[in-house]
Amino acid sequence: MASESKLTTMHDAIVRHVPSGSMVLLGAQLEQMIPFAAGHELIRQSRRDLTLVGPISDILFDQLIGAGCVSRVMAAWVGNVSAGVGYCFRRAVEQGIPRRLETVDYSNFTLALALHAAALGVPFMPTYATLGSDLLKKNGNLREFPSPVSEEKLVAVRALRPDVAIINVQRADTQGNAHVWGSLGVAIDGARASRKVIIVAEEIVEPGVIASDPNRTLIPGFMVSAVVHEPGGAHPSPVQGYYGRDHAFFSEYHDQTKRVEDFENWLSRWVLPVRDRHEYMEKFSSERYEALRVREHALSAPADYGY
Amino acid sequence: MRARTDAESAARGFTFSELMVAAAAREIRDGELVFVGMRLPMLAFLVARRTHAPRAIGLFENGIIRETPAKELLYTMGDPPNLRAATQCGQMLDVMGLLQQGRVDMGFLGAAEVDRFGNLNSTWGHRNREMQRLPGSGGACDIACLAKRTVVLLAHERARLTERVSHVTSPGYGLGDGWRHAQGLPLSSGPSAVITTMGVLRFGTDGEAYLASVHPGVSVEEVLTNTGWTLRVADELVDTPVPSDSELDVMREIDPNHFWTR
Repeated sequence: MASESKLTTMHDAIVRHVPSGSMVLLGAQLEQMIPFAAGHELIRQSRRDLTLVGPISDILFDQLIGAGCVSRVMAAWVGNVSAGVGYCFRRAVEQGIPRRLETVDYSNFTLALALHAAALGVPFMPTYATLGSDLLKKNGNLREFPSPVSEEKLVAVRALRPDVAIINVQRADTQGNAHVWGSLGVAIDGARASRKVIIVAEEIVEPGVIASDPNRTLIPGFMVSAVVHEPGGAHPSPVQGYYGRDHAFFSEYHDQTKRVEDFENWLSRWVLPVRDRHEYMEKFSSERYEALRVREHALSAPADYGY
Repeated sequence: MRARTDAESAARGFTFSELMVAAAAREIRDGELVFVGMRLPMLAFLVARRTHAPRAIGLFENGIIRETPAKELLYTMGDPPNLRAATQCGQMLDVMGLLQQGRVDMGFLGAAEVDRFGNLNSTWGHRNREMQRLPGSGGACDIACLAKRTVVLLAHERARLTERVSHVTSPGYGLGDGWRHAQGLPLSSGPSAVITTMGVLRFGTDGEAYLASVHPGVSVEEVLTNTGWTLRVADELVDTPVPSDSELDVMREIDPNHFWTR
């Protein structure tokens, strides 16, 4: 009865499911579980004219923009959570380097509502957020309208339907049934809103492990196009229960990307010549890797689904 | 300026950042739901909980709700210690829903610029007449629109306290006098304080800011010189209360190396 496995490599998942021109959701869980391995593969495969969607995505958006992969970014915040600004984002917006970048500015809430609308299959969701702001004036996907049921003004947040969502998770089976816990952000709506979903898992487990706790199955496998087993795939962002946040890496990125040539050097070290995530992880000293490991596990109590 | 400030704070036994954290902590009332944010506001929330507001509840945009402090110093709201033993780890829409329902009492915000009516800009900066693209709203616009009160923290510089922000990332009182209501924003909402490195600004019923307190050692003239509009001054201007020993104890226990309170 077992269906065919969706397990594949990151290289093949990106070849098959993320062509140039795609609208891609990345960083749905905010500062945790950011799909850096997937982003680096997009850079290596020279994707162009991507539209990036996500609430913040930390420095991953900055890297993809700096590498010339992006023509449009639809986000609430683009920068470096540890250090503030992202130099590649600034260069692209201010000077068109390496290419012109269109920005569509959202707030966190309105971006979440845009994905929620798509997840519910309706053209928009109403909110009071952004009334009176310049976000409302400048983002064409936010439109003021009179409430049909009360004497109020509201903002209609147009549904956003990404071509593909790339979601990092703690564990999944080979069908893509995925357990996620900790920082959820907009991951559930993001997966439902998107035409395709790529699951990037720290661990691949037996289907019975996933089925033992269906409340934790936040993304069902039937919605998933590909499953990639990629330990360390979110580094330098953290994965609850697996590894911590490499704060120094974010600060170093800030210091090492001030000028275009600095960023190119950074890419030449960490992305372009690196075959895959395994090779990337081998570039770290064992001390650095060790420092990020979970020092004290904290297992939740089992839930009894018996009857 | 910086050296003098450091020498003065050493003489007093606390830094201006610690004074700002204490002032921010006192904006939180017991039992309130608070959108916390990172850096100084995070410390302020922890100080409030350990002193006068033990039942305050913290909300984070990634969906986390916390009543007990994380066991380690946080650098981002998604750091693993912030999730362990949280009250709830939900979705972003869960905490934003509480905000839109009007249940969130207060939110902390930072910004590159704040203006006379408490409007905030965190999208475009200005340096030497060149426009600089900044990261943007994050959740700031949502909190500014929907929290019952917002408290802004920023360094007091003439270029940052400006007559009118060039981009309204997060609305304050707009142009004053009923502006928020006219926009359709909730009746009971808007900025209640701007805590700077020189003093605390509050807002009149007309929505315009006034200087409510100055930090110890700072003169009113210094504040006015470093503000980009003619700032009104309260008739009953006071000194910003200094941090208490118990407030300083909590700050230094959480942040012993002064990572956030240099």
